[in-house]
Amino acid sequence: MADAGSLINWSLLALNPPGWGGVLLGGLWQSVQIAIGGYALGLVLGTGGAMGKLYGGPVTKDLLEVYTTLVRAVPELVLILILYYAGTDVLNRLSNAAGWGPVDISGLAAGIFVIGVVQGAYSTEVLRGAIKAVPAGQIEAARAYGMSPVQIMRRITLPAMLPHAIPGLSNLWLIATKDTALLAVVGFSELTLVTRQAAGSTKAYLLFFCAAGALYLMITLVSNVLIGFIERHYRRGMPETVR
Amino acid sequence: MSDPTVAAMALTELPTKQSFFKPHRIVLMVIAAVLVFCIVWFMRWDWVPKYSGRLVYGVGVTLMLLFVTSILGFLLALPIGLVQVTGPWPLKMLAKGFCTIVRGTPLLLQLWLLYYGLGSLFPQFPEIRNSFLWPYLREAWPYGVAALTISFAAYEGEVMRGAFAGVPPGELEAARAYGMSPFTVFRRIWLPRAIHRALPTLNGETVLQLKATPLVATITVIDVYAVVSKVRQETYITYEPLLLLALIYLCLTALLVVGFRYFESRIPTRGA
Repeated sequence: MADAGSLINWSLLALNPPGWGGVLLGGLWQSVQIAIGGYALGLVLGTGGAMGKLYGGPVTKDLLEVYTTLVRAVPELVLILILYYAGTDVLNRLSNAAGWGPVDISGLAAGIFVIGVVQGAYSTEVLRGAIKAVPAGQIEAARAYGMSPVQIMRRITLPAMLPHAIPGLSNLWLIATKDTALLAVVGFSELTLVTRQAAGSTKAYLLFFCAAGALYLMITLVSNVLIGFIERHYRRGMPETVR
Repeated sequence: MSDPTVAAMALTELPTKQSFFKPHRIVLMVIAAVLVFCIVWFMRWDWVPKYSGRLVYGVGVTLMLLFVTSILGFLLALPIGLVQVTGPWPLKMLAKGFCTIVRGTPLLLQLWLLYYGLGSLFPQFPEIRNSFLWPYLREAWPYGVAALTISFAAYEGEVMRGAFAGVPPGELEAARAYGMSPFTVFRRIWLPRAIHRALPTLNGETVLQLKATPLVATITVIDVYAVVSKVRQETYITYEPLLLLALIYLCLTALLVVGFRYFESRIPTRGA
């Protein structure tokens, strides 16, 4: 049994090679990029989805219901595999059909796409619930003033639903940062995968996985502070509720 | 995680019969039927009979993992939630820290930390290698069960904290006024009322747990996801096994939702 000093070899975390710290930070940067991109794409899809589910025609509603049901019932890992292979395959076939030859899709774009599609279904549900929480009288009043649907959306519905949506949306942001780890399974070198590579080649498994855990935790804690600010800003004027 | 978020991420309700049949749905169903026919007819499904035994075994492993880790995790979540409401501050901080750390890091990382990290640490201790636990610790599934249990306990502990705190104090005071001991109050009033309050979220969390189980395939536990990966490697078929896998998970989720709805209907509520 080795003593504690040789069990933890801190120099492995040095920023420059032969330390692996720089590689880990590179992976962290990739993870953050995918999380931000996927979350943004998810918000766009979610806003559209929520509008479609609430105000769309019967067919739109049903198709969106199928989308959210599938994403909510099938594991993210399976969805990511399907979307990753099917998405790149479809793109390649399209570009072959158009005569451009095979395209090289960057892992980053593919990662953002798959995380975005999954997040889109979640934020559809969160935003739909938030919009439904806006008192109907406010929207009727806006209609009585003669505002167009777009104006109602921009002036009344969106600002009024934000305080209801922010807790759910901030949870989804935290989910997005953690879901990026699943891309390790399709071989995208984000934080979890580079950690495993670093750990595998140095055999210091505990050290590297704990270091990566600390980095993920740091993202979560920093996000929580920022979310606190945003929430206080948008909840001003709302009655205090027991949480 | 709050209740609406869980509902947004996990399927917790199924369509009712009355609302399901509408005129435009007939057209949609015809289109869906054509789609399903095309999938069955034009894609390759000849591998299914050969692997059906292993698929059934994989589904069994997945369900086993789900039930064992959910039950163990829930039992662990009860004290975690309770000490955050009434416990002394060191326990409170400990439970809070545990929840924050587990909820702040990806499950995949925790799984690999346990499997590769502890798995590489244990053999260095001769005491562990000689103990009766060693035959189990050399396999992958104890680490999978441990990681899933810890994760479920952390998420559910947070839910139970809210549920324990949300039981009206008047009911607990009434129980105390009857002369019940603290343990009797907990057993007769506090726990049942808290579980009742937590049941809808528990439904969502269990579905989320089902959605988390395929991760154990990355540490060589043979669940249904691992079986399908094996099929893909051996037959070089890309999509068909994944589609079947998605269908299997869809059915399992629906089963869970039906099961929970039965439990919820068994609990008497006021005015119902």
